[in-house]
Amino acid sequence: MASGGPADGVVIVGAGHGGFQVAASLRQNGFDGRVTLIGDEPHLPYQRPPLSKDYLDGKSGFDLLLMRPAAFFAEHRIELMSGRAVTAIDRTGKAVALAGGSRIAYDHLVLATGARNRVPPLPGVELDGVCYLRNLAETDALKERLAACRNAVVIGAGFIGLEFAAIARGKGVPVHIVELVERVMARVVCPETSAYFGREHQKTGVEFSFGARVERIAGEGGKVSYVVLDDGRRLPADLVLISIGVVPNEELAATAGLAVANGVVVDERLLTADPAISAIGDCASFPSRHSLRNPVRLEAVQNAADHARCVAARLVGKPHAYEALPWFWSEQGALRLQIAGLTTGFQQVVLRGEYEKGEYSAFCYAGDRLLGIESINKPADHAFARRLLAAGRRVTPIEAADPSFDLRAAATARG
Amino acid sequence: MPQVTYVSHDGERTTLDVPLGTSVMQAATLHGLDGIVAECGGSCMCATCHVYVQEDQLAKCPEMELGEDAMLDGTASPRRPNSRLSCQLVMVPEMDGLVVTMPETQT
Ligand SMILES: Cc1cc2nc3c(=O)[nH]c(=O)nc-3n(C[C@H](O)[C@H](O)[C@H](O)COP(=O)(O)OP(=O)(O)OC[C@H]3O[C@@H](n4cnc5c(N)ncnc54)[C@H](O)[C@@H]3O)c2cc1C
Ligand code: FES
Repeated sequence: MASGGPADGVVIVGAGHGGFQVAASLRQNGFDGRVTLIGDEPHLPYQRPPLSKDYLDGKSGFDLLLMRPAAFFAEHRIELMSGRAVTAIDRTGKAVALAGGSRIAYDHLVLATGARNRVPPLPGVELDGVCYLRNLAETDALKERLAACRNAVVIGAGFIGLEFAAIARGKGVPVHIVELVERVMARVVCPETSAYFGREHQKTGVEFSFGARVERIAGEGGKVSYVVLDDGRRLPADLVLISIGVVPNEELAATAGLAVANGVVVDERLLTADPAISAIGDCASFPSRHSLRNPVRLEAVQNAADHARCVAARLVGKPHAYEALPWFWSEQGALRLQIAGLTTGFQQVVLRGEYEKGEYSAFCYAGDRLLGIESINKPADHAFARRLLAAGRRVTPIEAADPSFDLRAAATARG
Repeated sequence: MPQVTYVSHDGERTTLDVPLGTSVMQAATLHGLDGIVAECGGSCMCATCHVYVQEDQLAKCPEMELGEDAMLDGTASPRRPNSRLSCQLVMVPEMDGLVVTMPETQT
């Protein structure tokens, strides 16, 4: 069979949340061609969210991380190539090159390469004891260090840093979080929610330095021993977690001549300018009808899985524009945060519920457009928020603030 | 060891061992059963682990919490009085012999 013939099937690069779901959904939709899933990590596809939660905490083991057992891939004729990195795309020859020299031809290529840790240009990042939390190998290393840790410093107060802090505090480890801006999770939640989470973490003993910049990480004998801030302070540390966000793995696409701009650029069908190449999940920059500003690049399980389903449907001849409502969750100790919609660009926040008790939702508006809803320890609100926003129903700021307003009725109303 | 029988939408039955403390969802995904998606990995966030519990066994299951109740309002297949999220059904001895039917679709 000539390369590029129908028998070459679908090749998926990246065996994370998105990549796995494309393969599974293709089979679920009755796709009969070849499906090849290539991932550079040496394991079976696994779930990332538990890494910074139960897995790091030691409450669940590797078997519970797995998406599916090994037999699943054979049964569904998914050719899983673990521990193999794709190094180049030959668009003319419709094939990918693997490290080590082999080539795999495709009819359609799906890029699901995710993102990687942003590494700050700081002196000392190479020291022993500087950790990250993105994949299983890093989490295993971090877990081992945490067990013997006396002082942890976290750089960056985003989801991952805070989830780590909650677990470290649960083990009695002192944690100091250094954050460039004035509040936690500043990129993704409203100031009210930042304030609530900041306070709750402080109550468990987490120390914060807001508006602070790390100048360098210092060590002795190759091992980290303290972190120096720009105001001259030295924070003792035998573990430094760097959690300042990620950068999309877009180089394969860029080198192959595809447009990249904070992610692989795709249209509303998640297709690149090359009709034989799609991109999904953390690595894809796409237009979302739920966003005030476009394009967006999201880092969430929902996003990767729904992208995957959309692409799989297209590949079996049932194309549709990607329209799924974004949602996300984070668990930080006893705190549970759920976000429906995309709140970037909000101008007004309406709180509903008991803010001081930590059982509330924050309705985020731009003008009278409801952009998204953050629910804190309010899972029912979140479930209704998803239905409301997906259906494009209106809830005015006055209604949102009114305790007698029936959110369930609004969410479940027909029409 | 306690067992759970999973009935697929088209009637195929699979019986699995479910250790105490393991959820009905976890046992299914560990086994690679089609019919349960479990996108959020058991955090009660996604409602893609929806099952129908055999009516006369409902009382054997742990009580439903508010979050599960709310998520069940958003399932892809219709909610019925015997609907549960299988990630919230953590095995206890009384649940041995449980029969759950998986809905037509989870997404
Ligand atoms: C610790 C942690 C906790 C999280 N918690 C939550 C949460 O609570 N809720 C939530 O919604 N989201 C959470 N997320 C985000 C979520 O996990 C990601 O959005 C999701 O994994 C994205 O899926 P993906 O398929 O795009 O990328 P990934 O799952 O990252 O998979 C990409 C894979 O591609 C591989 N790869 C990259 N380049 C190549 C190449 N050239 N060749 C072969 N393979 C390659 C990578 O190694 C990786 O295995 C969390 C993420 C992390 C890291
Ligand atoms: S696995 Fe997500 S709700 Fe049960």
